[in-house]
Amino acid sequence: MVKKLLIIIPCFNEEKSIGNLLDNLNALILPKQWLFSVLVINDCSKDKTALVAANKGANVLNLPINLGIGGAVQSGLKYAFANSFDFAVQMDGDGQHPPAELIKLLNTSEKTEASLVIGSRFLEKRGFQSSFVRRLGIAYFHFLNKIFTGKSIYDSTSGFRLFDAKAINLATRNYPDEYPEPETLVLFAKAKLKIVETPVVMAARTAGKSSIGSTASIYYCIKVTLAMFFTSIRKIQ
Amino acid sequence: MIRIQVITLVVSLLFLFYISRLIIKGRLREEYAIVWCISTLLLVLFAFWKDGLFILSDLFGVFVPTNLVFTASIFVILIYLLHLSVVSSKLYQQNKTMAQEIALLKKYAEDLKSKANTEGQSNNKAE
Repeated sequence: MVKKLLIIIPCFNEEKSIGNLLDNLNALILPKQWLFSVLVINDCSKDKTALVAANKGANVLNLPINLGIGGAVQSGLKYAFANSFDFAVQMDGDGQHPPAELIKLLNTSEKTEASLVIGSRFLEKRGFQSSFVRRLGIAYFHFLNKIFTGKSIYDSTSGFRLFDAKAINLATRNYPDEYPEPETLVLFAKAKLKIVETPVVMAARTAGKSSIGSTASIYYCIKVTLAMFFTSIRKIQ
Repeated sequence: MIRIQVITLVVSLLFLFYISRLIIKGRLREEYAIVWCISTLLLVLFAFWKDGLFILSDLFGVFVPTNLVFTASIFVILIYLLHLSVVSSKLYQQNKTMAQEIALLKKYAEDLKSKANTEGQSNNKAE
């Protein structure tokens, strides 16, 4: 059976790294039951991201205003839903998620039939592990996830995630705007969707800056804690 | 009438006039104007009713009448600010949905257009 996969690449000013990533994706060979297409979400970039992506033959969705990572990914998921894709994977435009690692997510999805497969940096300690403060934050989110979802998810901030049709459907209706990753785990767990993690190796970003600066990280922790709490008691629409 | 009463009255009426002008020109929606009209009317009321503030302070058990004024107005302002935050959250949500729909429609239209173009070209070749 052929499975249609949409690769969603949210981009904000990624003209330096997006070309390389799309070259890698064009050269990517997936197991033969997987049929994939690439969708670049241009989140109102001020540079030539859209042009570079279009020249590499990718589909580009141009957002008329900057929506941030959550709104951009959700647009991709809405596209996947409207064009009846069976699966969608989020892959960062900065080159942190090597396309070759995608096969691990797909294999895990076939083995476990999970609705959400998370590519985790921390199950095996290999590759780029990010800074100490960031890891401290991630340990904190592991603890929060245990409380709110009852599950042990190690890399709850990973953006490298594979959604199945059920997860896509839910996310088109509910998706947080800022720092969506930990919060959506609570949402999916509450909707009784199966979540699994699989080890992947991530690279350090090739260009551009993280969306989360050092001063913003305290705000990040507070905001995400609140959001996870309220998602856990909110009724799912 | 003492001087402060006249000043309050004049300022309140000017404010009320300005709010009505905003509504007439369509720059302020009536639903948001209600709170402004009510607070202006209260100011006008207390401009005429000199003893009102003292009577109300006695009623609430507040010793200094000015404290009642500050407490009440800060409370009202806080509630109104919260209301505005709710409004702007709702606007953000609607704005986001619109942007996503527009992007998806634009993509759909472009795809249709390029499909029509390639079909047109192949038709030309057939002739």
